[in-house]
Amino acid sequence: MDNQSCVKIINEWDIVSARQLGRNVAKELGFGTVDQARITTAISELARNIFLYAGQGQICIEKLYENGKTGLRLLSIDSGPGIKDLRQVMEDGYSTSGGLGAGLPGVKRLMDDFQIDSSPGEGTDIRAIKWLR
Amino acid sequence: MTLKYIQHNKEDIFKEWLNRLKEDSDETITNVILDQNFETYGRELVELAILKISGKKDEYERQSENFSDRIVSLGWPLRFVVNALDVLGDVVFDEMVKDKYIRPENEAKVMHDLNHWLKAMNSEIINDYTVSWERTIANQKIALQELSAPLIPVFEGITVMPLIGMIDTERAKQIMENLLQGVVKHRSEVVLIDITGVPVVDTMVAHHIIQAADAVHLVGAKCMLVGIRSEIAQTIVSLGIDLNRIITKNTMKSGVEAALEMTKRKIVPLEG
Repeated sequence: MDNQSCVKIINEWDIVSARQLGRNVAKELGFGTVDQARITTAISELARNIFLYAGQGQICIEKLYENGKTGLRLLSIDSGPGIKDLRQVMEDGYSTSGGLGAGLPGVKRLMDDFQIDSSPGEGTDIRAIKWLR
Repeated sequence: MTLKYIQHNKEDIFKEWLNRLKEDSDETITNVILDQNFETYGRELVELAILKISGKKDEYERQSENFSDRIVSLGWPLRFVVNALDVLGDVVFDEMVKDKYIRPENEAKVMHDLNHWLKAMNSEIINDYTVSWERTIANQKIALQELSAPLIPVFEGITVMPLIGMIDTERAKQIMENLLQGVVKHRSEVVLIDITGVPVVDTMVAHHIIQAADAVHLVGAKCMLVGIRSEIAQTIVSLGIDLNRIITKNTMKSGVEAALEMTKRKIVPLEG
């Protein structure tokens, strides 16, 4: 697919490449600086989650054109340990690693549309969309 | 015998080798070949190969070390050098076949010899490249570490830490260490952390900043976060990060003014 590009997340520096990719695509699509910051921060959170919890995975950035709207879709795919209680991770302040616990609920607030699928032992698949306004 | 042949036909081998390299080259490789120094270095590579087969070990080692150092500094791509050696082996073999030096009874031996020295040269060159890369990376790492968390005393009791670029776990650790050491060393009352140059403030970066501020509080100083750009402020709010425990200012200027006020001083214009 032409509209999609991916970055493999294996070490901490890959988070920067993923962010860079996201920022470039966002700029290209015409997002303003605030939305660019939102998108790159969301990528940063998702990529860091992959690095911290799954060890490795992928971040994909996709350009979306739907019903005359333009958007950017983030995909975060890993085959790590998965998440047992999805409701719990979406609560503010919940963290298993001593962090702030604002990552996933934060991403949901930063983006317009947020979807998470995860099953223990199989991995996690997160899709989030930001629409251009 | 192989050696003698190569020494005698050096010129022909060199020309044929150059031709073949030019034939199947892409853009990066063409750039290398077009370099005016290429012929000199190309010749040297062939000479080096001859030294290698002739078994003059000491001389070879001395020369090859110089040579690969120069090649590395010229910035020839490794894959080009490896390919060039491969082609050289092919050329020598083909030329020997053409001149009927290779007959069925000695073919296996010549092949074996050629392969043997090609392999050895290859691994040496790859090794030299790797060593030079590793050295570069190690040096850059040191340079980065020196740049990563500088602490600058600006007024008595006021210290500034400007942060530029991404903050990873390693750097966060250094920020914390330098902050605490510096606060004690400079007897700072207020420390300003400037994040104008930090491109993304996600929960991890925020977490590290909060921890650093808490630690600074513990050693008896105050911590102020300055240089928060508007888009960063908005993402921090969306993320739901609570920075209320830290004093924040949008620019370094207002931060310094506030810090002076906190230490009961201010900047006034000279009269007259």
